[in-house]
Amino acid sequence: MIPLSCYQVLGGILFVCGVLGFLIKRNIITIFMSIELMLNGVNLSFVAFAAQWHSLSGQVFVFFVMVVAAAEAAVGLAIIIAVYRTRETLNVDQVNLLKL
Amino acid sequence: MFHLILFLFFGAICVAGAVNLLVQSHPINSALSLVVVMASLAAEYLLLGAEFVAAVQVIVYAGAIMVLFLITIMLLNAGKEERTKGSRVAILIGVPGVLIGGVLVTGTLLTSPNAQAVPIGALKGDSASIARLLFHDFLLPFEVTSVLILIAIMGAVVLASRPEAVARGPRKDGR
Repeated sequence: MIPLSCYQVLGGILFVCGVLGFLIKRNIITIFMSIELMLNGVNLSFVAFAAQWHSLSGQVFVFFVMVVAAAEAAVGLAIIIAVYRTRETLNVDQVNLLKL
Repeated sequence: MFHLILFLFFGAICVAGAVNLLVQSHPINSALSLVVVMASLAAEYLLLGAEFVAAVQVIVYAGAIMVLFLITIMLLNAGKEERTKGSRVAILIGVPGVLIGGVLVTGTLLTSPNAQAVPIGALKGDSASIARLLFHDFLLPFEVTSVLILIAIMGAVVLASRPEAVARGPRKDGR
């Protein structure tokens, strides 16, 4: 028997790590991975709440989050490839113009 | 007791992977530690009784999405990241703010009176009951997400294709 708050705290730690990575990382791919980390933290709290309230809807929502994450990864990585093709860099500080 | 040991073991692996993602400077190392985080999260889902979610987590997240990341890193030949002025400002302002927020949220959760203990496998998340919910109650959102992912695939193809290939159009000689 584990209190629900333990799962919530673990999800919170993952989310905080994702936010920190989003702030301190300069590589655009690593920033993208931090977003995935945040989504995983939210997924864990969804599943924990589903177990708490005895409702499978929480687990179904995890699938929708996963679909959105997959779509986001596909489009985002395509954008990264397009950015790299025009600028030859992955550093977000050097990507500061919308149009070259 | 056994449940608690498993939770702490996989939770520790999970947090260690997340911290390693932040510490590593090469994107390949970060991606591999993210795979570790996702695999241990799948174990946490199993502890909560969500077996189908755990399987999908391994297949979709640790399998498909991370392979996409690794292929992009290798395709772009990404090297070590360099520190710049902007990153120092973000560290100085962002890290204390995020840590304060995290401590506040954790304190609120730990002192919340509503949090009861979750017994192992209390809620059966097997594929049959998930499918019953997904194809009855959530049928419309399910179909909408299939349209969403189709649009995402088309967008990815258009964005990642070379601009001259789009402008030239299909080849005339049929090859």
